[in-house]
Amino acid sequence: MDKFSHLTATAAPLNLANVDTDKIIPARFLKTIKRTGLGKDLFSALRYNDDGTEKPDFVLNQAKYRGAQILIAGENFGCGSSREHAPWALLDFGIRCVIAPSFADIFHGNCFKNGILPIALPPEICAQLMADAALGHNARLTIDLENQVVVRPDGTKIPFEVDAFRKHCLLNGLDDIGLTLAHAPAIDAYEAKMPAWQPAITGV
Amino acid sequence: MTAKTLFDKIWDAHVVDRMADGTCVLYIDRHLVHEVTSPQAFEGLRLAGRKVRRTDATIAVADHNVPTEDRSHGIAEPESRLQVDTLVRNVAEFGVPYIPVTDARQGIVHIIGPELGLSLPGMTIVCGDSHTSTHGALGALAFGIGTSEVEHVLATQTLLQKPAKNMLVRVDGTLPPGCTAKDIILAIIGKIGTAGGTGHVIEYAGEAIRALDMAGRMTVCNMSIEAGARAGLIAPDETTFAYIAGRPYAPKGGALEQAVAYWRTLPTDAGAQYDKTVVLNATEIAPQVSWGTSPEAVVPITGAVPDPDAEPDDARRAQLRRMLDYMGLAAGQKLAGLPVDVVFIGSCTNARIEDLRAAAAIAAGRHVAAHVRALVVPGSGLVKAQAESEGLDKIFLDAGFEWREAGCSMCLGMNPDKLTAGQRCASTSNRNFEGRQGPGGRTHLLSPAMAAAAAITGALTDVREFS
Repeated sequence: MDKFSHLTATAAPLNLANVDTDKIIPARFLKTIKRTGLGKDLFSALRYNDDGTEKPDFVLNQAKYRGAQILIAGENFGCGSSREHAPWALLDFGIRCVIAPSFADIFHGNCFKNGILPIALPPEICAQLMADAALGHNARLTIDLENQVVVRPDGTKIPFEVDAFRKHCLLNGLDDIGLTLAHAPAIDAYEAKMPAWQPAITGV
Repeated sequence: MTAKTLFDKIWDAHVVDRMADGTCVLYIDRHLVHEVTSPQAFEGLRLAGRKVRRTDATIAVADHNVPTEDRSHGIAEPESRLQVDTLVRNVAEFGVPYIPVTDARQGIVHIIGPELGLSLPGMTIVCGDSHTSTHGALGALAFGIGTSEVEHVLATQTLLQKPAKNMLVRVDGTLPPGCTAKDIILAIIGKIGTAGGTGHVIEYAGEAIRALDMAGRMTVCNMSIEAGARAGLIAPDETTFAYIAGRPYAPKGGALEQAVAYWRTLPTDAGAQYDKTVVLNATEIAPQVSWGTSPEAVVPITGAVPDPDAEPDDARRAQLRRMLDYMGLAAGQKLAGLPVDVVFIGSCTNARIEDLRAAAAIAAGRHVAAHVRALVVPGSGLVKAQAESEGLDKIFLDAGFEWREAGCSMCLGMNPDKLTAGQRCASTSNRNFEGRQGPGGRTHLLSPAMAAAAAITGALTDVREFS
């Protein structure tokens, strides 16, 4: 996983509530056996016409947002399925940070596993950032994870909350599995005391 | 001793280690694996030189991509075939138990877990699929995970998590005739919204929940994710124990007695606190139908499409307008009488034998409307066999329904069962998102009986008008 510490970039405004994972990456694109290459299909139905041509008014099709690395969205972003293809598609497009009033739980967790920082801020703050984002690359936002602030184009600093453990993993690009394997003796001890009624799956 | 909720008890029993910031190493008892969300996880293990820690706690099945027609010639679509072939290769390489596509027990992972006795009360159960919440109906803590976490569980049999908050949804009273578990959960989501349960595990309780059979409880818990919750739970009781006894992988004899004695200690203690409580009265629930592209966009069948202009929030108003435009509906339009093109009876929400019986009871002696294509897709090979032994296949076929092989099918259209653009579908599945059942397809969520009624009349219909 790539580290995330500091990001100054264009932010794209996507002022829709309840953007679901089918909207982020429709099921027909989940047939891949790789993590990469999904960026071209990100927001497919919002982004393309039926004939495959781009819809010019969709935000990420506008010249000033094609290189956006930050997305500002409405509440409950990422609701729906557990598909990690949703953060993979965002990452493959180049998005490293999503700011919204709230996120669905599984999507929120999946972002951290892929070096994407989801930031939840109150609706009125998101509305200000949405207005900043409307200025395109004339108004880049800075995300400072170490100090937990979003810096607006006018220099205003907006503090945000982030889980300390997840912040640590993101700052250092740490692999969760490696960290958990340090607990192997505790896992061994737990398994030694498992109740006898729990059947093993054998002879399938 | 502090009074604990059902969730607290299961959580506490699975904490392997607790870090200073409260993050827990949580032990996972069962890991269900399917073809869509596992290839990258097995690839990760391979690259890191890691093994599957407990193959005897893991089971794999292909469900999302499988065709629901004759499978004797394999899968025609190359990408779907590659994904299923990749699963077959991975389970062989890592020694994971696997139910083949041609096996009689194959089916939707959330149908076969309980059906085979793999999912049991008090367990932690995960799967790379959000509808893992289904297994909570047995009193198990069951939730969906992403592919990175699938790899994490394969490698360590644990997850790094912080406990969720406790939410109680109590449904008092008795459900009126014509209403089902599906109507309960749609009414709950309509009331609390698709983010109503975010950060929480919902425990469903109350007279109307107690009265449900296991299939109904699974329908309710299945859609916990549509309410934004991490998981749904129902306390195990005599209905649960009777369901489990005799299932192939359930404990037997003395082990079952020991298990039941433990399971009886799981229900929430008197005086335990919930962070949030919502109460519904079952007597006020009518058959539900969704009108928009979010599961919270739901009304009784007697209701109408709301007016977006009445919504004060900009982002929400934009979403409502987009919904009406996508669904081809107007503000104030009545739902009853809206013509449908396709009816889909299936999915991990509603493809158990009880669901098929309810649909067949409406279909018996009637015929699907001439302009409607109606599909019945059993949740598993065993459900299909049971239905055929009861003659339900004949009832459906005589009425003009298609009778198909088990799989996820038109719930998400990863196999050939898809809507085409503009088609309107009455569906017993769980999500009505844009393009969910096929690009441009329009989904109305409802119960199996309501779906069957729509197939017969060719339009959304109040099933209570069917005698």
